[in-house]
Amino acid sequence: MENRSIPLETERDIAVARNEVRNIASQLGFRIIDQTRLTTVASELARNIVKYAGRGRLITQSASSATGKRGLRLIFEDEGPGIADVDLAMRDGYSTGGGLGKGLPGSKRMVDEFKIESIAGQGTRVTVVRWIH
Amino acid sequence: MNGHGRIPILKVGRVLVVPIQVDMDDQTVLLLQERILTELERTGARGVLIDISLLEMVDSFIGRMLSDIAAMARIMDARTVVVGMQPAVAITLVELGLELNGVDTVLNVDEGIKLLRDEFGIGAEEAFDGGLNFVGEQINPS
Repeated sequence: MENRSIPLETERDIAVARNEVRNIASQLGFRIIDQTRLTTVASELARNIVKYAGRGRLITQSASSATGKRGLRLIFEDEGPGIADVDLAMRDGYSTGGGLGKGLPGSKRMVDEFKIESIAGQGTRVTVVRWIH
Repeated sequence: MNGHGRIPILKVGRVLVVPIQVDMDDQTVLLLQERILTELERTGARGVLIDISLLEMVDSFIGRMLSDIAAMARIMDARTVVVGMQPAVAITLVELGLELNGVDTVLNVDEGIKLLRDEFGIGAEEAFDGGLNFVGEQINPS
């Protein structure tokens, strides 16, 4: 599968991103429950970008592990304000935007690998991987 | 898809039936919430039955909308039942940590109607003499 980049600029792009992710996950052979997990993660993390950074992108890549597992990697990146305190942002129920504070910690629970990099004033990149089990 | 579709609100007796059949963008979600409350006030309905059996995903935004509708409807003396949640959606809701506070969930529309009638005394039956009332539909702008 080729890498794909999906712009995230408007609320509608959130819906576009999650449809793309579901299609890709289905093509890669993920079970329904994992398609749903990946779609939900895409929705949460894409919304964070549109809401907090204004704009950014989602990059989708097929992934393979050293042990031969196949999967899907999703990279959400923006050049927004960054996250002041990543540990705090990962805490259940913490939100600076009036949300439920479930997006980041909830997304982490639905994937196998989760990495968040953020530099104040420069942007944020969240990388997640789900393997086909 | 992507909110281009219409979400009808049907009045069946004293129940508003809302079959969600499209993947909703955020704006569609907010508009739907507003329309349900408007229709509650306008029609005097006492129950809201939201069918999400065709929804393939419920994220924290939609989950919050469902909780908010239930809370707002409760203030307007109406009860909310969500029916038809897909198993994969139930699993992801729990993993996300969403509790859908104040929302009763049941397996299907029949069970939803029964719950509203038996628990809360809100009937849909009288409508089957008078027929279905179509009270409006949502057309997403754009």
